Parts: sequence; structure tokens; C-alpha cells
Amino acid sequence: MRRPLGSGRSGNGGRLRRGTAVSAAVLLAATTAAACGGRDDGDDGGTATGACEGQQTTGITDSSLKLGGIYPLSGPASAYGAIPKGIKAYFDYVNKEKGGVDGRQVEFVVRDDGYQPPKAVEEARRLVEQEQVFALFQTLGTPSTTATWDYTSQRKVPQIFVATGASKWGTDDKHPWTIGWQPNYVSEARVYAQHLKQEKPKAKVAVLFQNDDFGKDLLDGFKKAIEGSEIKIVQEESYEVTDPSVEAQMRDLAGSGADVFLNVTTPKFGSQALAADAKITDWNPLHILNNVAASVTVLEPVGFKNVQGVVSSTYYKDPNDPQWADDAEMKLYRDKMKQYSPGADPNVPYHAFGWAVATSFHKTLEAAECKTREGLRDSMRNLKDVEVPMLLPGVKMSTGPDDGFPIEAMQMMKFEGERWTLTGEVIDTRKVFGPLGD
Amino acid sequence: MADFVQQFVGGLGAGAIYASLALALVLIYQFTGIVNFAQGELAMFATYIAWTFIDAGLPFWLALVLTLAISFVGGMLIERVIIRPVEGAPELTLVIVTVGLFIFVNAAAGWIWSFLIKDFPNPFPGGALQAGGVSLAYSTLGVLAVVGGVMGLLYLMFRYTKIGLGMRAVATNPESARLVGIRVGWTLAFGWGLAALVGAVSGVLVAPLLFLEPNMMGGVLIYAFAAATLGGFDSPLGAVVGGLIVGVAETLAGSYVDFIGSDLKIGVPLAIILGVLLLRPQGLFGRAVVERA
Amino acid sequence: MSESTDTTETTEAAGAAEAVKGGSGTPPGVAGYAVRNWRMLALGALLLLAVAAPFQLVPFRVFQLTMVMVYAVALVGLNLLVGHAGQISLGHGAFFAVGAYSTAVMMYHWDLPYPVTFPLAAAVAFVLGYAFGVPATRLRGLYLALVTLAIAIFLVPLLKRFESVTGGSMGLTLEKPEPPAWTGLAQDQWLYFLALAGTVLAFLVVHYLLRSRVGRAMHSVRDNETAAEVMGVRPASYKRRAFAWSSMIAGAAGCLYTWTIGFVSPDSFTVNLSITLLAGIVVGGLGSTWGPLLGGLFVMFVPSWSQDINKAAPGVIFGLLIIAVMYVAPTGLAGLAGRAAHWFNKTRSNRILRKG
Repeated sequence: MRRPLGSGRSGNGGRLRRGTAVSAAVLLAATTAAACGGRDDGDDGGTATGACEGQQTTGITDSSLKLGGIYPLSGPASAYGAIPKGIKAYFDYVNKEKGGVDGRQVEFVVRDDGYQPPKAVEEARRLVEQEQVFALFQTLGTPSTTATWDYTSQRKVPQIFVATGASKWGTDDKHPWTIGWQPNYVSEARVYAQHLKQEKPKAKVAVLFQNDDFGKDLLDGFKKAIEGSEIKIVQEESYEVTDPSVEAQMRDLAGSGADVFLNVTTPKFGSQALAADAKITDWNPLHILNNVAASVTVLEPVGFKNVQGVVSSTYYKDPNDPQWADDAEMKLYRDKMKQYSPGADPNVPYHAFGWAVATSFHKTLEAAECKTREGLRDSMRNLKDVEVPMLLPGVKMSTGPDDGFPIEAMQMMKFEGERWTLTGEVIDTRKVFGPLGD
Repeated sequence: MADFVQQFVGGLGAGAIYASLALALVLIYQFTGIVNFAQGELAMFATYIAWTFIDAGLPFWLALVLTLAISFVGGMLIERVIIRPVEGAPELTLVIVTVGLFIFVNAAAGWIWSFLIKDFPNPFPGGALQAGGVSLAYSTLGVLAVVGGVMGLLYLMFRYTKIGLGMRAVATNPESARLVGIRVGWTLAFGWGLAALVGAVSGVLVAPLLFLEPNMMGGVLIYAFAAATLGGFDSPLGAVVGGLIVGVAETLAGSYVDFIGSDLKIGVPLAIILGVLLLRPQGLFGRAVVERA
Repeated sequence: MSESTDTTETTEAAGAAEAVKGGSGTPPGVAGYAVRNWRMLALGALLLLAVAAPFQLVPFRVFQLTMVMVYAVALVGLNLLVGHAGQISLGHGAFFAVGAYSTAVMMYHWDLPYPVTFPLAAAVAFVLGYAFGVPATRLRGLYLALVTLAIAIFLVPLLKRFESVTGGSMGLTLEKPEPPAWTGLAQDQWLYFLALAGTVLAFLVVHYLLRSRVGRAMHSVRDNETAAEVMGVRPASYKRRAFAWSSMIAGAAGCLYTWTIGFVSPDSFTVNLSITLLAGIVVGGLGSTWGPLLGGLFVMFVPSWSQDINKAAPGVIFGLLIIAVMYVAPTGLAGLAGRAAHWFNKTRSNRILRKG
């Protein structure tokens, strides 16, 4: 600490006087500023007239629509940064060839939060206040969405189809502006429990799960779903996303004598667990792989011969799956990806996911009576069997006053040869298990 | 008992992975006196280069040789281009430059090769050695053998070659080294090149086991730091022994101590490091530095 | 507002010139007062600006500035430890997290009014920092860095483990502090002023701490431990205190963070936070008064700029920018500003000399 040269000599009295002067000035400024009052948080984006009078029309006109999305483009979860590429390709295609969404040219602004909640809050505010977007179309991850949904509720901005399967988006009743999209983890767990009850009613289950909201939600859902049955969890092991490998956990699980292995992991760890299961030759359980890691891109590096008979469940079409090669929507998707997002590999399932969710948004806005924020909110909470071609046949979007989960149907599948084979019927988890409640 | 031995062997396998990267860390520390946060990322990047060659149809061993050569030259270039301008700056400035390099290389790899996992061929045969209910995978044996070999070569180089001597002189006192005619700049560059090469070996060893993706080495780096700290930052032997101890300790603690479990097992290397450093601040195999006032 | 900044800039320059000349020949009157006390005036102007800002800016910018101050407070703490006491910490995010979680737990489980949580969170961090300082003083340099790094990593699973207290991996969601009715402020403005108060407090605490005997002892230990010991300063004791104080300030920053974000989860406090903080203070300027503020600005704004430049891989730009700053300013941005001021002063005083 160098002493300021100019003030060294003036002594204590001088310092005191100056201090008082400064604080007096600051106080004065503060009071004048406060006299002007705070600021009302109302939006200055304008309101609709006519039948939808008084509703917010920020970010939407008769010919344009501005949306904002928040994804991890940097940091450890960057793999999910591929999703907006699929969304962009879809919107570009619709803008150029279909005259836009409902006649409106869509502008989709993507921001990076690095999977950090404080950054997500900042970006949400930037999109809403500075970019003046009509809605937040997807925030990715449970932490980032949790950190922002109070804000979107407060500002009455739709936060539509968030990219996380946490069950709270649907069970909560304080945040009407936020809604999920993909089947929630608890429902997915119920599908596996159901499958086991039919196939292996006395199953002894070993579980590997990611030690975060995703892994916990799915595991807890599974525990609840097997209550009262003879299915037992004999051992559970967790891993951290920062762990280099799950091999040690897999050896422990192998020693548990379980005959079912529930693999609740994200892609990289999914591959590691599949490889470890293949390597441990004296342990051959029924391997249930959760949907997050069920892409063919996870199985392929392990070697197809090592993953025969693995089961999972899904709700949208995997572009790597040959059975969709001649599917009209898949062909369109491949075509338009090549055209509008030439650098991106259409085989990446995250791109197809983005395509599917963008289609869902398109249909939701089309169905809205009022093309306003309120109109979108009401529409996303009142979907009636909306078909989205990128979803599996028979999987539709439905919501209602007591149903905050757009997609609740899944189908079991089994890996055979080089592809997933869908097995059984599409399971509507709401119909089969009843609504999620606490 | 077989279970225990099996876990022990598994711990050795994990430890060999940590040791392989720890060797590169020790090497760069020996040459330059700094901790290189980007070491793991450089190894990951080199592995991607190898993957690209193999994907293009080159035989594994040719791809490996090419990759090692590129890594060596690349490491030297990084020293000349990126580290050189801040050579005289405070130590922390250098460390932060490597942090910047870490972020840059990680993002660049994701940009070039995407974040999807890649399958990397295993140079060692599949299958395992079976004895008394315990199986020891050939790949684990292979990794251990290579790590041991690299360690031996480094030891010989440090001890018996002129470059090793020069390197030690530069690390201890760059000014005096310059006075006795050692080309300090090139010695530093050589150190970076060599560390990048050893890192590339580590990446190629690790990739078949962990699967190749841009964050592959992030988790390993922490354990490698632990290994190097435990063994002493100036000893290749220490890095390997440290790596094995860390690997075995965390595996066994995760499996057999219920309170620790698999979620808190990372606390085990932490406890070991803290314990060792309090009793023996220079690490197990490090030399104590006597300070002149 | 702009008028007053202009005047400050000129007085600042004039004052700087004066300082170089050694204060001789000071003009009398108001101008003389301004010249003699330019630092205080600049500080006053900065504070005025800071007070006026939330009334002029959109809420989004107010939020950004609030976060800048939250990071700046954390960096003030880190600066004390690394810059002034010479101890490297790669785990400062852990103490930040301790403060953030203490606040969250007190507000969530115990329903404490939020103002009470500030001193309590700081106290908790102080105690933990002191406790950690006991073994830490026996480690030096690199080894200390790695141990602190390991602690930052260990904290994340530890927070997840004690689910009944910390909310596990789901974290805790809290009500943000509401502004008192008499202020007429919006919530984000109120949070801004809370952060501003915290920042001023942190700067004052460190300012007076460094001018005290403790601060001088800390510097002597950093600069030459052996010499300090010879002169009767016990290094270990001062290192421990540095850890405790620095941890306390980081904990206070964590408290401000919880108030501002209203949500804590273990994955918000990964080792990346610790590394970012260290990068922030080195980039800002180690051991300098304004380094923490510059570092806070860097940590807050540079990642956003990076993604404006390259959407596909923001990290490529961010990494390069860190390296670039270290090239241009090896002693940090504050050092760069100092050098610029010095250069400016030199040319300016030359001109004055020639004129005179």
C-alpha cells in the first residue's frame, strides 16, 4: 500500500473533513435518486388489442418472432450445446420454405451459461430485458432452470419446453410460465419398474447413478415405483460428473449378486458402464440403460457385440436407427440439416432432439388463440394430443389444468444387431400409473 | 478375499492411469518449475490427433509414432510461442497462462471433433489373466508396463544425460545455467516438448479405457496432481508410486468404508496428501529444498 | 452525471501530475484542493456513480453490476491471501460456497431475517478459514495450491452428502431479500445496494487491516519470511490470520451471492469457480487495491464477450483472452492502468516542465 502522495501531509483533521464531504455528497445523490422512486418492473414491449386486449406482445409482431434459449456451449456439459443447432436448422427451414411459424419469421437467440446457475440468471435477464424476446424457448439443465424460473414467473415470460426431465416442472403450481417437454425422469423410472414387474418380478437390482438432480430423481422414482413389489435394490453406487471413470463402482455392483443392472448415467459414463459390464464376464445382468444415454452414439464405441440385449426406453426417433431411414420426417430432417446447418452431423441425436422440440413449439404457437405471451402460456398448458412427427408413432403431447407434462408416453426397446428394436406397446405413463403426486 | 484382491488390482489399474499423466506433470515441473494445468488437455488433444490418423486408415503404431512426433514439436512450439512472452513474469502469471491454455484447448477440441465420445482402439489384447478368482486385464498390465518403461527412461535421462543435467541446472538456477553456457530457452522448450510427448502416451493409454471426449483428462488431472504431490514433484518414481497409492486407496476406501462410499472417495487422496505433506512436505520421494535466506 | 465524470477525469490527471512533481507549487484555492485530494475526489465520484447507476440502467445491467461486486468482494478476500500474504489458494471457491450455503441454511431452515445472515456467514467462514489455516501454514507454494484445489473438489460431493441440511444435489431455493417499503426501490436495486454496501465494507476492512500492524507483518512474511522471523514476526501466526480474514471476506461474498441469486446448489461451486476466481485476481492485479474490482469485471463480462465473438466455442476466445491479458499486463490490469498513468504523468509533467 503506497500512501497517496498528495494527502500525506494534511493530517487527520483534513481526512475527516474530506470523508464527511464525500459521504454527504453520496447521501445527497442517494436521496435525490430515491426521490425519483424505484422503477416499475412492467414491460414496455406493448400489449395486444382486440380479443386479446391487454396481453403482452413483446418480441412478437405479425411478421416476426424473437425467441431466446440458454445452453451450455462451454464447460463440462458442452455436449448438450448441439441441441440449438437442430432448433436453428428447423427454424431456418420454416422461415425460408414455409413462410415462418404462423407467418412469422423466427429469430432464435442462443446464449451460453456454461451450466452455471448465476450465468443462467444473467443470460435470462439479458434475453428478456435487452433482447426483448417473446419467450425463453428452452433453458438447459435443472440447476439453470431452477435459478431462472422465479424470474420468468415474475416477469410473466413463458419459459417453454425446458430441456431437463426433472419432475418438478410438472408438479409445481407456482410457476405457470415454465413447462418441461421430455418425459420426466420419474415417469421413465416407472416404465422400467413396470417392465421388471412383468419380466422379472423378483429382480434384485444394482443401480449406478449420477450424483446430481437427474440421477437422484430417477432413482427415487424407481424406488417409489417398486414399493410393494418383490423387486429389491440390492446395491446402489453413485459417481460424480468429475470422476474419470466408473470402473470401481462397476466392480462393486458386480459383486452384489444382482440380476438386473439399472444404468442411470449421462453419455460418457453410460459408455464406460456398458464397457465394464461387458468386461466383467461372470456377471451378466439384464442391463437397463436410461434414455439420456440410450443413443446409438453411446453404444457404438463400446462395440455392438458387447451391448446385445440391453434394454431402454425412448420417445423420439434416433437418427442413427436404420428403422427410420425411410421415415418421411427423418428424411426431411436430414435434408434440411444438410442444407441449413452444413457443419453439423445429422446423426447426432441432440440435433434431432432440437428439431423435435422446435416442431413442438411451432405447433404450440399455432394452436394459441392469442399470439401473445399469455396466449402461449395458455396454449402450452392446453395441448390436446398434438402430434410431432419426430416423436415415436403413438407418442403425443398433451397437457391440461392438472397435467404439466407434455410428453408422458414412452416405449421400451431392446438392442439387437446394430439397432434398437421397439418392443411392446407405447406406455402412457399417466394412464398406467396415474398422475405424479407426492 | 478374492473380492478384496480384485478391488486392489482394479485400484492399481486406476492408479496406472493417474501415474501416466503424473509423469508428464513431474517432467514439466522439473524443467520449468511450474505446474501446467493444460497438461491433461494437451494429452487429450494429442489423442484426438492419433484418433484422426487411425480414423483415416493408418495402422495404429504408425499413427502413434506420428502423434508422438507432432506432440513433441507442438509442445516445443507452445513454449516458444505462448509461454516465452511471459517467461520472466511472476510464477502465478505463468500458471494462469496455462489455465487459459486449458480452456482454449478444451474448447478447440470440442469445436473440431464435437463432444460426442469416440471409440479409441486398444493396443493391448482384450481378455484377462485369471488366477484364483481374480482377473487382471491385459490392458491394465499393458498400461502398467508402459508407465514403468517411461518412468525408467525418464530416470535414466534425468540422471545420466547431458540434457538431463542441463535441465536440472535450468530448473534450479536459470541465471547460473545461462552463465555456464546452457541454452536456457531451448532447454525449456525441450522440456515442454518432452512433457507433451509423455502426455500423449498417457492420452493414448487412457483413451481406450475412459473413451475419448474433450473432458476425458479433466477428471484424471486432479488425481494426477494428487499422485505427483504424494510422490514428490521432482521424482518420476514418486509420481508412479504416488499414482498407484492414490488409485488403490480411493478404490478400496470407496468399496469398503461405508461412510465414504463412492461419492466421497475423492476425499481419500486429499487426506493422504495432507497427511504426507504435514509429515514430509517434500513428498515421499522428493528431495527437501534447503532455503537460503 | 456525465459532467461530473469529466471534471473528475481532468482533476485526476492534474492531481497525478501534481503527485509526480512532489506536490510543490500547488495552486491555491479550490483548484488546489482538488489537485491535492484527487484520490479522495475520484473515490467520491466513483461512489456517486455507483449510487446513481441502478437508477439509470436497465435491471439486467443492474444485475450484472451486482454480480461484479459479489465477485469483487470474493476477490478482495483472495487478494488479501495471495497478493498480500503470498499464499496461493486454488480453493477459494470453497470458502465462497461456505458463506453461500451458511446463508442459505440460515434462511431456509431457521428462517433468520436476511441481514443477520451476513455477519454469521462471514463468521462461519472465518472459523473454517482459521481452522484450515492451521495445517495450511505448514505447506508452501505449489503444495498449498494443490491441497486447496483438492478441498474445492471435495466440497461438491460433501455438500451433496448431507442432504437434510444442504438440500443435496437439488440445492436450496430461497426468497430473495425484499426492499423495505420506505426506500421505494425495486428488488434488483435493493440487492444492488446490499452488494454495494458489502463491497465498500470489504474494501474498508482490508484497507485498515493492511495499514495495521497485522498488514505490515503479513507483507514482511510475504517478502522475506526469514527476515520477518528474525524481526520477531511469527510467520505461521500471520499466515493463519491471513487465511481466516480472507476466508471471512469470501464467505461474506458468498452471502451476497445467495441473496442475489436466491438459489444454491453444489454444482454452482465446482472447482471451476475457484480457478476462475484465481484467474480473476491475477488478471485484475495481485496485491493492488483496484485489482479485485477489475478482476470482478473480467470474470463477469469477458465470458459474455467471448460468446459474442464465437458462438460455436466461446472457450476458445475466453482462453485466448486470458493469455492475451497476461501478455499485455503480466502484473494484471491494475498494473497496466498504473503503468499507463505513469506514462501519462511523465509526458504530462514533461510538458508542464517545458512550459514552466
